[in-house]
Amino acid sequence: MGLLSKKDTKLITDPLADNNPITIQVLGICSALAITAELEASIVMSIAVLFVLGVGNVVISLMRNIIPSKIRIIVQLIVVATLVIIVDLVLKAFAYELSKTLSVFVGLIITNCIIMGRFEAFALANGPWKSFLDGIGNSLGYAVILIIVGFFRELLGSGTLLGIPVLGDAIEKTGVYAFGYENNGFMLLAPMALITVGLIIWVQRSRNTELVED
Amino acid sequence: MEKRTDKNLYTILFAIIMVLVVGSILAFLATALKPNIDENKRFEKQQNILYAMGVNDNDEKSIAFIPTDKVGEMFTQYIKKQLIVQGDKAVDYEEAYLIDIKKEATKAKDASYQRKLPLFVGEKDGEEFYIIPMRGKGLWDAIWGFVALDKTLVVKGVFFDHKGETPGLGANINQRFFMDDFTGEHVLDGTTFKGVTVAKGNADPKNNNKTDYEVDAIAGATITGDGVSAMIKKDLRMYMPYLQTLKN
Repeated sequence: MGLLSKKDTKLITDPLADNNPITIQVLGICSALAITAELEASIVMSIAVLFVLGVGNVVISLMRNIIPSKIRIIVQLIVVATLVIIVDLVLKAFAYELSKTLSVFVGLIITNCIIMGRFEAFALANGPWKSFLDGIGNSLGYAVILIIVGFFRELLGSGTLLGIPVLGDAIEKTGVYAFGYENNGFMLLAPMALITVGLIIWVQRSRNTELVED
Repeated sequence: MEKRTDKNLYTILFAIIMVLVVGSILAFLATALKPNIDENKRFEKQQNILYAMGVNDNDEKSIAFIPTDKVGEMFTQYIKKQLIVQGDKAVDYEEAYLIDIKKEATKAKDASYQRKLPLFVGEKDGEEFYIIPMRGKGLWDAIWGFVALDKTLVVKGVFFDHKGETPGLGANINQRFFMDDFTGEHVLDGTTFKGVTVAKGNADPKNNNKTDYEVDAIAGATITGDGVSAMIKKDLRMYMPYLQTLKN
């Protein structure tokens, strides 16, 4: 292994499955429910979290020895908020179209418990390089779940993927709609996201029984 | 032994320095980038106004605005007049599109204030369009838009946008399938103002009936849809005294 030692690799691969931030640590559920009605939104949110968590973890890790423990949560919050606002401002000035797509996610990123959770649980106790890998690993784990949920919600709820109709036209009754299939509007509502996440947790724990808690 | 970073004095100093550093970085960035951001916002307004009157690069499904390098020129070419409506009169007003509708609405709470109501008159292929800006509340944050009417007060095109509606649900008010439904809708029943309501109930999913003052709502976006209905009714009503004089 050149760049990554075995331990380092585990930092990235663990959160993808056996220590997934959403299904195992149960962090970041709120945003996973809010924005997964569309696959595209899920992907955008995943990229945004990847960036913020990767950079944020490094910043917190560099500051870990000087942060007063009494106000560490507030300090973490300020770091996330500052990072997100800087990104937002720069995008608004130089990539206005993109910033409009992202603006809705800004609030969701700041309040995303995965970010605070990883700062608190990992970056405060580990060096910058490890923290960076941990940030990348956890946001990828988050992305996997978001994309799976977004895929099923958009497909079953709207009959589209990334905005492209894949099941035919619901109003003109072509494709599968010709056989009486209907879009399930319930899939677009937040409760179904929770149920979808629940199903993923179920599948994951029945495949690996070590994950089951008593 | 108590750690250095646990002392009260250290904590307070740390907090003060952190706030100063972060505050200065953000203030500096915001000021430095303001000219660029303002210019982008101006282009966006021009693009939206032109979009509502049908000047855009749309194809079958997509939403394509006039590119920013051309929009200023196109704006002067298509928008013949910028007016301010006062009761049943209208006066010319330079750069009326830069009027901040949100600020005007706040100032208008003071009854003595004469609210500035911007109206843009566009012309395309010999046809006249009256474009009205609107602003209202969605579920999470502000929603706004422009509606283009012809002389008989039939909707010729709309544009909606939002600050933070839920992606996949309320956020779809800026999609073609929603906005295109408004085209052809009437807002007047004889001389009574009806507006256009975003209606649930799936009474007319293909939107063939253009005089029912309704368009089909987006599933799962009830509050955003209600916000759109309310915004149209509230803001269009203020222009009715003037627009009705055109009809006669």
